[in-house]
Amino acid sequence: MPGLEDLYREIILDHYRSPRNRGELETPPAVRVEGFNPLCGDEIVVTIDVQDGVLADIKIAGTGCSISQSSASMMSAAVKGKSVAEARDLIATFKGMMSIHEATLPSGAGDAGTIEETEPEAIDIDALGELAALQGVVKFPVRIKCATLSWNTLAQGLDEAASPV
Amino acid sequence: MAELTGTRSPTATLDAATLAKDFPLLTREIHGRPITYLDSAASSQRPTAVLDAMRNYDETTHANVHRGVYTIAEEATRRFEAARTNVGRFIGAPDPGREVVFTKNATEALNLVAHTWGRTHLGRGDVVVLTEMEHHANIVPWHMLAAERGIELRWIPIDDDGQLVLDDLDAVLDGAKLLGVTCMSNVLGTLNPITELAAAAHAAGAVVLADACQSVPHLPTDVASLGVDFLAFSAHKMLGPTGIGVLWGREELLAELPPFLGGGEMILDVRKDGFTPNDIPWRFEAGTPPITEAIGLGAAVDYLRAVGMDAVRAHEISLTAYALDALNERFGDGIRIFGPSDAEARGGVLSFALGEVHPHDISQILDQYGVCVRAGHHCAKPLMRRLGVNSTARASFALYNDERDVDTLVEALDEAKKFFA
Repeated sequence: MPGLEDLYREIILDHYRSPRNRGELETPPAVRVEGFNPLCGDEIVVTIDVQDGVLADIKIAGTGCSISQSSASMMSAAVKGKSVAEARDLIATFKGMMSIHEATLPSGAGDAGTIEETEPEAIDIDALGELAALQGVVKFPVRIKCATLSWNTLAQGLDEAASPV
Repeated sequence: MAELTGTRSPTATLDAATLAKDFPLLTREIHGRPITYLDSAASSQRPTAVLDAMRNYDETTHANVHRGVYTIAEEATRRFEAARTNVGRFIGAPDPGREVVFTKNATEALNLVAHTWGRTHLGRGDVVVLTEMEHHANIVPWHMLAAERGIELRWIPIDDDGQLVLDDLDAVLDGAKLLGVTCMSNVLGTLNPITELAAAAHAAGAVVLADACQSVPHLPTDVASLGVDFLAFSAHKMLGPTGIGVLWGREELLAELPPFLGGGEMILDVRKDGFTPNDIPWRFEAGTPPITEAIGLGAAVDYLRAVGMDAVRAHEISLTAYALDALNERFGDGIRIFGPSDAEARGGVLSFALGEVHPHDISQILDQYGVCVRAGHHCAKPLMRRLGVNSTARASFALYNDERDVDTLVEALDEAKKFFA
């Protein structure tokens, strides 16, 4: 039986208590996307500023549990300043880490489904850096949606930034 | 609101620890600790008497109902219809054999009213009045009808104590065709003044649809004294199985309604040019009904009746008062408990916010201590918005809970608070 330390790693609690990149960017030029977790009513707002194929800035707003908030915070730190292609790779890798169990869960809103499923053995956990701390979440299947909420929302934002309405 | 408070009777008592022995699941251990089940508002556990009744039916009597003329088919039909009558008597139905409709759950019961009564009585501009504390099951069917035929929805607001604001009731009800109201909030525990609301609605010419999911399992219910026209509830919150719910309807209202779903059972005759619907209640029960589940619901009603609903209510008032005191004493300003502060004005449902700790995280930590609580919006998002939260944690009681369960909850909450401090 997995213990709480598998879920609530110190780095996760640190990001929860001191979230990075909080707030919203001005739209336009930024793109604003909302994500919802229908299970718990949590809402996340991701605003991104994409310039010349680079994710120049990102802010996170909304409310959620420690897992969704820390995942969003770590995500924002990891993708800020990266190219859109690099950000998409990271999304795929992170979702891959979470997909082992997510595939067995009922799908809900906020699961953009734009990310290809990655075979577990193909995932380069090292590439995730401190995000690997969220690996323990897969042992708590109902919390996977919490961890992936911000990533699905970012993926949707990148899609919208690539094809402005 | 006298009829729903079920005020304590001096002779009505029960021993929760003894009753808990009737519930096999409550012997389970979770993470090495005895289970503390505090989520009966979502779904209650089942006593051996219910499980045995269903098993006995399956092993000795099962056949389809209302079809065969052989012995077990007749027995199955008799037991199924006896369960219907038993359930009807439990809620004081004047004509239980005709007024109790079995559905798959309370949600379907509420949708049945929107679908049949709503489509024959509501047109563009007609008004349906709901309350801010309704469950989605008594909101979304009316939204769907509004989108389909342009009815207007009005809302009775709540105050900061979680009580309905009735100052403008006559104005809100003016011209209304239906009032949909929960007898007891699944979030706040608030017991609404149903008799008073029904009288006001009837004076305005509206029929009353009551969502009794949280009240029927926990306090005496008498549809005649409540004065409502339709009452919906589900078996799995009252010690019965999932898969079956109940719609009680006033006989003369049901009799004039068209069928709900089409198929077997709900017809008297089918021709190539049409069909003749069956009499009530079977008119609303297309297809093979949940027979084993009806037997289980009947056994759950027998169990509750034997314990006594006055005793159940008295026990839950006492336990709720104990919990309110214990939580306030331990956490003070660090906890916000939603709903009425007076245990007599509410049922045993306690939604709360514990400082900044998210309900998901509370529930996760509590699980490590074997404590089962609900975290989320409780299918009441309009109410969540009114309360200014996305979600709450919720502990809810049934007749098998006692003060030790509350003590365990308080200790586990203390651990959660320390963990996220």
